[in-house]
Amino acid sequence: MSQSYNRGLIEDYGRWKEFSAGMWAWIFHKFTGWMLIGYLFTHIAVLSTAIGAAQGETVEVFAEDLPNVEGTGLTEVDIYTATLGGLEGLFIVRLLEVGLLAVAVFHILNGLRLLMIDLGIGLEAQDKSFYASLILTGIITVASVPTFLKGVGF
Amino acid sequence: MSTQQQEPETQEPETQEAPEDPEMKGAESPQQRRLDEKQERMVDERSESEAEAEGETVHIKVFRYDPEVEGKQEPRFDDFYVPFEKGMTVLDAVMYARDEFDSSLTFRHSCRQAVCGSDAFFVNGRQQLGCKTQISELEQPVRIEPLPHQEVVKDLVVDMDHFYDQMHAVEPYFQQEDLPEGELEEQRQSRENRENVKMSTRCIWCGACMSSCNVAAGDNQYLGPAAINKAYRFAMDEREDEEIKEHRLRLLEQEHGVWRCQTQFSCTEVCPKDIPLTEHIQELKREAVKKNLKFW
Repeated sequence: MSQSYNRGLIEDYGRWKEFSAGMWAWIFHKFTGWMLIGYLFTHIAVLSTAIGAAQGETVEVFAEDLPNVEGTGLTEVDIYTATLGGLEGLFIVRLLEVGLLAVAVFHILNGLRLLMIDLGIGLEAQDKSFYASLILTGIITVASVPTFLKGVGF
Repeated sequence: MSTQQQEPETQEPETQEAPEDPEMKGAESPQQRRLDEKQERMVDERSESEAEAEGETVHIKVFRYDPEVEGKQEPRFDDFYVPFEKGMTVLDAVMYARDEFDSSLTFRHSCRQAVCGSDAFFVNGRQQLGCKTQISELEQPVRIEPLPHQEVVKDLVVDMDHFYDQMHAVEPYFQQEDLPEGELEEQRQSRENRENVKMSTRCIWCGACMSSCNVAAGDNQYLGPAAINKAYRFAMDEREDEEIKEHRLRLLEQEHGVWRCQTQFSCTEVCPKDIPLTEHIQELKREAVKKNLKFW
């Protein structure tokens, strides 16, 4: 044995079409986990504008532009309200919120599935429980669309 | 001499034909059943030769690599068209290709009945035993590669050293020194306990699970499903003393032991002996927790 050939790791993800249910569940769980961590940081960034608001910092905005501000014309609101209102007024942010819900729901349901697996319950049905959590995620996400897109799309 | 010649004459009708005795006839007679089966096989063979006459072939693409031959240093796929036979397995196909087309085609095989564990290949993107996989169930062309995540030595032969090292690392042998009480000098196992470890004893060391495991691919020190399953077989054996079981769990609860498993179920999917590997790993995880968590 003079030499051997290492085909490396990359082939794994090139073969995604051949993955089984358990593998997909693992990939989706990792992916949604990272998405939720990413959201956590943006969440902290948005919430931190409340620090300024607590010190009485205000900005002037047009009340019509923000869905969470009542009245008309140029109004003085605190920076936190302005930030949130500005984000909520954007269609893309509403869409991302639907995505966030989907990601969170799948992560929760698959987490329950993994809990069952750790407890040794129903290991033979692990693929079915993965499909079930996918379907449930889909249903909940679709059902949430009217709520999340109220005012921008619906 | 004359008596010896007579013997086959008298015995022939008994062995070759169904007996005249009505009690031995019918569906209950084992001989009749065997004869019927033979008849069925004859029909099979006939359709087999018909298929051959039609020239039905199987298209296989086989991974080729040989560091010692100049033209094969760069890995490539070779195409072979093998005449199809009923009941043909992947191993039969590559053996035909080797015997008839290219004698340098290299792969491991021995028993051809899924016992020796030599011929685990990566067939159409899945770790399978060549001898246990029917060609007729596969989509063509059948892509046959060596096991992923193991280094290729030549063609379909991979370097199994690391796999064997991991298998030996869990001390896969019975370690009980003391004999049980009483006069018996044998280590008797209860039927219930045997049933518990039954599936785990079926491992044939083919390495399919280790090759399919995504975690083992990324962490070279991870024991892998086969080794943990081997450890399960002994850790769950009640004939060994409690201290020995604790020693085994100490090996398994290391950083690169059971906790590396992320329950992808890849190993359980590919195991040719249908061992519930993930279940065994999960059970050992619980044992490890039970050993370390004491609330009293």
